Amino acid sequence: MLSQLRTLWLVFLHMFRRRVTVQYPEKKAYLPPRWRGRIILSRDPDGGERCVACYLCAVACPVDCIALQATEDEHGRRYPDFFRINFSRCIFCGYCEEACPTYAIQLTPDYEMGEYHRKSLVYEKEDLLISGPGKYPGYNFYRVAGLAIGGKDKGEAENERPPVDVRTLLP
Amino acid sequence: MSPLAHGLLNVFGVLVVALSLAAGLIWLERRLLALWQDRYGPNRVGPFGLLQVLADMIKIFTKEDWIPPFADRPVFVIAPAVIAVTVLLSLAVVPVTPAIGVVSLNIGLLFFLAMSSLGVYGVVLAGWASDSKYSLLGGLRAAAQMLSYEVFMGLSLMGVVLIAGSFDLRAIVAAQDRLWFVIPQFVGFAVFLIAGVAETRRLPFDLPEAESELVAGFHSEYSGMKFGLFFVGEYLGVILISAMITTLFLGGWHGPWLPPIVWFLIKTFAFICFFILLRASLPRPRYDQLMAYGWKLLLPLSLLNLSVTAAVVIGIHQRRGH
Repeated sequence: MLSQLRTLWLVFLHMFRRRVTVQYPEKKAYLPPRWRGRIILSRDPDGGERCVACYLCAVACPVDCIALQATEDEHGRRYPDFFRINFSRCIFCGYCEEACPTYAIQLTPDYEMGEYHRKSLVYEKEDLLISGPGKYPGYNFYRVAGLAIGGKDKGEAENERPPVDVRTLLP
Repeated sequence: MSPLAHGLLNVFGVLVVALSLAAGLIWLERRLLALWQDRYGPNRVGPFGLLQVLADMIKIFTKEDWIPPFADRPVFVIAPAVIAVTVLLSLAVVPVTPAIGVVSLNIGLLFFLAMSSLGVYGVVLAGWASDSKYSLLGGLRAAAQMLSYEVFMGLSLMGVVLIAGSFDLRAIVAAQDRLWFVIPQFVGFAVFLIAGVAETRRLPFDLPEAESELVAGFHSEYSGMKFGLFFVGEYLGVILISAMITTLFLGGWHGPWLPPIVWFLIKTFAFICFFILLRASLPRPRYDQLMAYGWKLLLPLSLLNLSVTAAVVIGIHQRRGH
């Protein structure tokens, strides 16, 4: 009986506690920077697309919500012809971000993606591309990769030594 | 004002106020439960979420009113009305102020007890007419629980009757002019409070509903406004029990400075809040615990209270006689 009365009193005291509810549309909860929300495609610092259309994100995706088609421009740079994410399927697991070798695909702290039509949840490349580099400023895949593309030959990448001529004996 | 107009005003005034209070309690209960659970509760519709009541009512009136094909139709329809009607009839004898109150029966207290006993029919018939396992279990539980708690609910009030010397609720209030009965009759007050909670089938004595065991107990099969009537009946029951505690133990309309109606409403409101606090804090007992608690603890306690009160009252009378 005493225990019940004590319970009543303790619950009554909760009247003077701070309420834990966040009044959502007016106040928003803090989201950590690594929150896995809306997926974006980032650009390198020079404004080019980072995505090299390697399909690793599409392969890693457990719900198969990423679809893309690789193509090449005149300099030999690979980029996706189209890049499509079906957010009505996406489970925001972040595997695509982990799989991405060029930091192109990233998850952002944003969850307000409500739509009235299911079709509106299919995001195309122009919906996904943002203008900045996202979480990795200053990273440019083609500038650090050894791959030769138009305007950048072998050995011209950052921290890359000139290629070794394997047919000569000189040091 | 002519007596007829005064009477009609009283009747409809009490009816309208009781029903709108019962509707408002939906909002109040949700807000208070939220407050005690560190939440906000409904606060979006209208100021402080007050229009939530209106939204709920529109919703429940426009819902499909479905009667299961296996149900006993006439009984199924009557059962929710029985609950609401019996509670409303009991409210008729509650003396709100010297001027307000529908009827003044010289057996007002007995009438209240009789009506709350009749209210059991509503629950039992609802459970029976639904013809489903959970409803029947809920109905049976309700019957057993309410019958056993009714026994000492009546007995706990007899102390009050002995001291006041009347079954008339107005006379009982008048007898509390100097001293509220909660002080000489504290045991009776505690027993009546507990029995009252059990009588309204509120938590922690909501075994007839017991969402976690019996879906929704006796009103599992109900929908639409029939379901709504059960709720209205429950909230009216809360108001009724609170008003009866106020009348019988807390001196009714008596109180300094403020007008009688305000005192009555304040006391009743405090007990309504206490009912909600009970719901917010206490878990539901097991069924055998409920029965043992009633028969083994509360019944002897109320009998003891009754005999001691009777002895004291006789003693005082004899001393006055000499």
